[in-house]
Amino acid sequence: MTAARAGALALLVAAGACRGKNDPGRAVVVASKGFTEGVILGQMVVELAASTPANVEYKAQLGGTEVVFHALEAGAVDVYPEYTGTLTQEILRKEVAGRSLEEVLADRGLRRSRGLGFDNSYALAMKEARAAALGIDKISDLVAHPELRLVFSNEVMSRADGWPGLHARYALPQEARGMDHDLAYRALASDGVDVMDVYTTDAEIRAYGLRVLKDDRQFFTRYDAILVYRADLEARRPDVVASFKRLEGRIDNATMIGLNARAKLDHVSEGAVARDFLTAQIGFAGGAGPSQRVLASIAGRAAEHGALVGLSLFAAIAVAVPLGIVAARRPRIGRVVVGAAGLLQTVPSLALLVLLIPLLGIGSPPAIAALFLYGLLPIVRNTHAGLVGIPESLRLSARALGLPPRARLRLVELPLAMPLIVAGIKTSAVIAVGTATVGALVGAGGFGQPILTGIRLDDFGLILQGAVPAAVMAIGLEALLGAVERRVVPRGLRARGNA
Amino acid sequence: MELRLSKVIKRYGAGAAVDGIDLTFASGKTTALLGPSGCGKSTVLRLLVGLVAPDGGQISVDGRPLPAHDIEALRRRIGYVIQDGGLFPHLTAAENVTLMARHLRWDPARAAKRLGELAALTRFPADALARYPNELSGGQVQRVAIMRALLLDPEVLLLDEPLSALDPLVRTELRDDLRGIFRTLAKTVIIVTHDVGEAAHLADVVVLMRAGRVVQQGPFATLAASPADPFVTAFLATGNGPSSPRPPETRG
Repeated sequence: MTAARAGALALLVAAGACRGKNDPGRAVVVASKGFTEGVILGQMVVELAASTPANVEYKAQLGGTEVVFHALEAGAVDVYPEYTGTLTQEILRKEVAGRSLEEVLADRGLRRSRGLGFDNSYALAMKEARAAALGIDKISDLVAHPELRLVFSNEVMSRADGWPGLHARYALPQEARGMDHDLAYRALASDGVDVMDVYTTDAEIRAYGLRVLKDDRQFFTRYDAILVYRADLEARRPDVVASFKRLEGRIDNATMIGLNARAKLDHVSEGAVARDFLTAQIGFAGGAGPSQRVLASIAGRAAEHGALVGLSLFAAIAVAVPLGIVAARRPRIGRVVVGAAGLLQTVPSLALLVLLIPLLGIGSPPAIAALFLYGLLPIVRNTHAGLVGIPESLRLSARALGLPPRARLRLVELPLAMPLIVAGIKTSAVIAVGTATVGALVGAGGFGQPILTGIRLDDFGLILQGAVPAAVMAIGLEALLGAVERRVVPRGLRARGNA
Repeated sequence: MELRLSKVIKRYGAGAAVDGIDLTFASGKTTALLGPSGCGKSTVLRLLVGLVAPDGGQISVDGRPLPAHDIEALRRRIGYVIQDGGLFPHLTAAENVTLMARHLRWDPARAAKRLGELAALTRFPADALARYPNELSGGQVQRVAIMRALLLDPEVLLLDEPLSALDPLVRTELRDDLRGIFRTLAKTVIIVTHDVGEAAHLADVVVLMRAGRVVQQGPFATLAASPADPFVTAFLATGNGPSSPRPPETRG
């Protein structure tokens, strides 16, 4: 009876899951990585997909290839713009040896469109005037100038097809530093650095008057723009796939540089850039699609940010205080617990988010989980320290009175440890407000959203729109917790002057 | 309640804090455990309420061994004032005294009534009941600790050096008050002290200890008149024994 019921339930759940996967009513999730070209292309896909009856969601400017690709594999994203070189050289490097990209993607339940028409490969660039003065025209000319300062975007610094390979191929004498791509342009413009990596469709090549150095030893791979999508999307919404495939072969390099320049340099919204292109070049008349409003209200972002911080902090308190109690009771377990919480703290936030995507998808769940994990350490450690720091004479007193262990904890030990526990919670809260800005990398919104967009568009005002409210929220939360502290910390444990 | 130790041994590390002691504490009497620092006096108190377990011998209450389970029930029948009072800094004087009442969910009126009785007994000023321990004088701290130990009207009261941290004037005043309290209550009282004068003043029976053993026991007059060995003579003569100034005592 019970087994039969359980079996029926399992079937139902399985059926539900299947229907969920193939349900044409489920929203089609379009994503993009965190640079302007990706955001524009993603916006085009959104517009085209929205011209069908499908519901479309746009998760713009997620934090890097790892994040978006894992989200695609996990089914949290259905389609996003990518480059062939990125897939073959980095993400699927091992798998593509001797096989085609199509086969390797198919193994993972993924497909690719044909090329969109442009190649956005890497190149090195210098300011035209400086390159001319030094007589540098091609990359091998750099060998004669070891004093030049090179910077590369962090992705390129570590990738096999980036700086390490380039360094070896040309026997370059320089050391390179990692720098965010958009910051690097500003550094180059102000002569803070001499050489940087560029993408061959970067708007700034024209805007800053840069000389792109010839890759005379053919080091860099081709990066043809394509769309990568889930194979099940074709079954679920063939109309959407057909619609976004209209982009195939329609955008050449010059066009892409122009589109990038409109968005980045003329500050036209990506939505308008994408729509204008579609109307002019493809004769698309989708009209007002669900354009991504990059500028959500501050209140909306505050709500997102506050939810990230509040939920993760609440969960961290609920888990970390009991863990701290166990750690204080059992020294051996205590060392393991505090050590493990400390280890979590050392995992870089982006790496942690990427690890969480297969489990939790994208959006706020992985961000809350990451903030929760980061929030554990200060609370566990302070709870532990507060409890083990209680003077022996007071423990003895509590036992001598005849209080059982649980009552000792509730009536004596926790109140005595409360000042340190609250201090730990305050630390966690402030860390959470700051760290929650990286939630934008996995599409969780919050104040990180305008910061990311601001850095991408070189818009200092936009950066402030994220950074200032985040700082205000941190200060406000600190004050709020201070008020809570005055309520929960007994007067006898505060400085004598307050009594 | 009759408390008895038979051949009790308690070791800390290499040394024995209590080294084969036989002692019986008679009902209704005040016994002073007297001796120099580190002679095992405080350890005897802790053994009696199961705060430390003996390494040998037996401890019995009314002829039965100390219970392994529910030692809390026994502790509630024995009031224990640890050295320096052990007041909880997060609770007011009144809250310290009535902590067990709160745990046992007493009616607030009952707790207030008991608090009033105890404050009268220990001559504790009513206006100081709302103060926190760090706002109390040394003598007041000890009075609160005694009130707290007496809340549940225990059959036995244990006091560990209740006067040692006080300045001389306060000490004399509290000593006289303690004598009055012991008389009024007529409970079994065991008081640990290294001060011969206090033992003589407060106790019916003095147990002189040295290095974890009992040297001599009996009324103070007997010890003074017929000392069992030269240590007794020397200790009684110096007033408070050969080991002063007293080091910070944790296991004496």
